[in-house]
Amino acid sequence: MGLKRDVGLSAGLRYRGPSGYLAFILHRIGGLGMAIFITVHILASFVGGKTGAFFNNMYENWAFQIFIFFCTLFHAINGLRITVLDLFPKLLDYQNEAIWIEWAVFIPLFGISTFVIVSTALGG
Amino acid sequence: MTTKPKTLSLKQRGLTNFEAMMWIFTRLSALAMYALILFALAGALMMGAREQMNLADVMRWAFMPNSTHVQSTDVPDLAPWSTPFWRLTASALLFVAVAHGVHGLVVIADDYITGENARRHVRLLSILMMTAMTLMGLYLIWTS
Repeated sequence: MGLKRDVGLSAGLRYRGPSGYLAFILHRIGGLGMAIFITVHILASFVGGKTGAFFNNMYENWAFQIFIFFCTLFHAINGLRITVLDLFPKLLDYQNEAIWIEWAVFIPLFGISTFVIVSTALGG
Repeated sequence: MTTKPKTLSLKQRGLTNFEAMMWIFTRLSALAMYALILFALAGALMMGAREQMNLADVMRWAFMPNSTHVQSTDVPDLAPWSTPFWRLTASALLFVAVAHGVHGLVVIADDYITGENARRHVRLLSILMMTAMTLMGLYLIWTS
């Protein structure tokens, strides 16, 4: 059943760790964002009709696409770091360097994609 | 501060209980999703996405290779996009992604819900959610 931690909700939300905290919380936000999006998207497609069309049209919006792409890309790149470091535990000594590499990959990819999505949406 | 050994090998960490199995499953399913998504992306490029789709459309197909995801693009014929081959790929991605995602929700819930009984309810709910999502997803993939 996992560890028994005597930490309540408010204390848990206020936690600030030393390194990698931003990556941790963005990984969590990205995962939650995707889980909520996919759940609603599957339900909306399954229900169909007007309700389904309302939600699925919302997802065609370019602002939403940028948000969900942020969630997906960050979760994917950070998840790859976690996977590689966990499967090769010797690399855990280079945790901070791995997080820097991660941002160096994420920022250009996300920047270019956002630019392409916005310019397509604006008819460029 | 004494340095704790952070470099235990996978064997020494002992993958004996269910939570530990799910820990390794989360990592391996992440790699599997990478493979399936890149596979769908390559497939889309081979079927003409370079001229008929924009970036957002290609992404939408890559993250779930279901033919309804290319309906609104300039693709002339949906038939090559809705073969059993792509439906099987989409089903594989669905199985892996739903299990990975629902387990992730349980991990998040465990950080804030600490009661033993409450955690049992979380697990029961997660199994229900996983079954429902997988069945609805399969229905959508194979009837679209």
